[in-house]
Amino acid sequence: MTSSLAGDIVDLTLEHLYLVLVSMAIASAIAIPAGILLTRRRFLQRWVLGFANVMQTVPSLALFGFLIPLPFLGGIGKTTAIVALVLYALLPILRNTLTGILNVDPSVRQSALAMGMTGRQLLVEVELPLATRTILAGLRIATVTTIGTATIAAAIGGGGLGVFIFRGLASVDTTLLLAGAVPAALMALAADQGLEWVEHKLSPV
Amino acid sequence: MSPFVSFQRVSARLGQKDILHGLHFDIQAGEAVALLGRSGSGKTTALKMVNGLLLPSSGTVVIEGTPTTEWDLIRLRRRTGYVIQEAGLFPHFTVAANVGLVPRLEGWTREAIDTRVRELLTQLGLPPAQFAGRYPRELSGGQRQRVGVARALAADPPLLLMDEPFGALDPVTRVEIQRQFLELRRRLNKTVLLVTHDVREALLLATRIGVLHNGRLVFLGERAEFLNAQDQEVRAFHTCLDDTTMGIAG
Repeated sequence: MTSSLAGDIVDLTLEHLYLVLVSMAIASAIAIPAGILLTRRRFLQRWVLGFANVMQTVPSLALFGFLIPLPFLGGIGKTTAIVALVLYALLPILRNTLTGILNVDPSVRQSALAMGMTGRQLLVEVELPLATRTILAGLRIATVTTIGTATIAAAIGGGGLGVFIFRGLASVDTTLLLAGAVPAALMALAADQGLEWVEHKLSPV
Repeated sequence: MSPFVSFQRVSARLGQKDILHGLHFDIQAGEAVALLGRSGSGKTTALKMVNGLLLPSSGTVVIEGTPTTEWDLIRLRRRTGYVIQEAGLFPHFTVAANVGLVPRLEGWTREAIDTRVRELLTQLGLPPAQFAGRYPRELSGGQRQRVGVARALAADPPLLLMDEPFGALDPVTRVEIQRQFLELRRRLNKTVLLVTHDVREALLLATRIGVLHNGRLVFLGERAEFLNAQDQEVRAFHTCLDDTTMGIAG
């Protein structure tokens, strides 16, 4: 391996990590509050989950393509890539937040209200802690998926490890393919293990 | 003296279903009233009307002179102890945190909460040194139920609501806790509204017994009156007693 290839691997891995972290941060900031809201506004559940479901079914390469002509969100480059990655990550986080909270034992919720907890206290002290594990599991699934999907970002100039993969595909160069695929796979494994550890650490019961 | 709790022609309707029809009775301060009824008789619904977990679809529930619709429900609930079957303890809170919940919500100091928790756990036969730091999953059913009672009593509420509080326990433990509760109630002089399908529990714990049948109060009276009542549903509950005694005699 030439030293310039090694340098490129480091750069593109960092870029890949950046895409994943920014996308996950935005997706969590949208999906966790939205999931909480859905537990309070049940009639919205079908619509919002439906939207998130549809987003998941669009083939990823196509979704990146669809975004290119859009103003503000689209175009060529990182922004478009991040928008697409966020759209993909929404569903698992949203669904797990919703499920985690709805699965809190009704007798626990009932007694929280009967003890005179306010809606906010019920959420912060009872529902969220008891849903932590399920919500973190959603984050883990979303992160691992995003690391894989982010390789496609290179197709629209988003950078990241996908750059190696597309270049390797074009020139039928196995070394380049591996230079993209192996770090992405390792990153996914590390994220999976790391977040699983956090899940166990933070789980209150 | 005005009654502590007053049901005034209270009806409840959930969706298309009528749960309660014109419930009308009073509970005086210091009384322990048991609402006895089969599953689906509306007794839990009636109980939840008292702390505003449910509001009547017609009629009024008046607590200490104020209708539940006019109470600040958070205030009302914090001064009303509530014990349910399986206790409904917070699984992620220790025993001490569960018991100290309402005092903490009410802004007591740490020391005051601590003292109160110790006092209650001791009263209920759960030595604090051994139990305060445990989680509900580390307790037996009977211990959980005791913690549930301690939690309900924590902020010294004048009124206790109990929904099948001892129903999930084995018969021996149930009788132990019932007796302990009885003794505690005499000492603390709380007003109690208890719902149960266990006629023995009603006879043991209550000063007056009401019988609910299909959402109507078909009987309300003291123990002796209950045992002599001729209403069909009340007699159905008498049979539960007869059968057991006959079983022992045979």
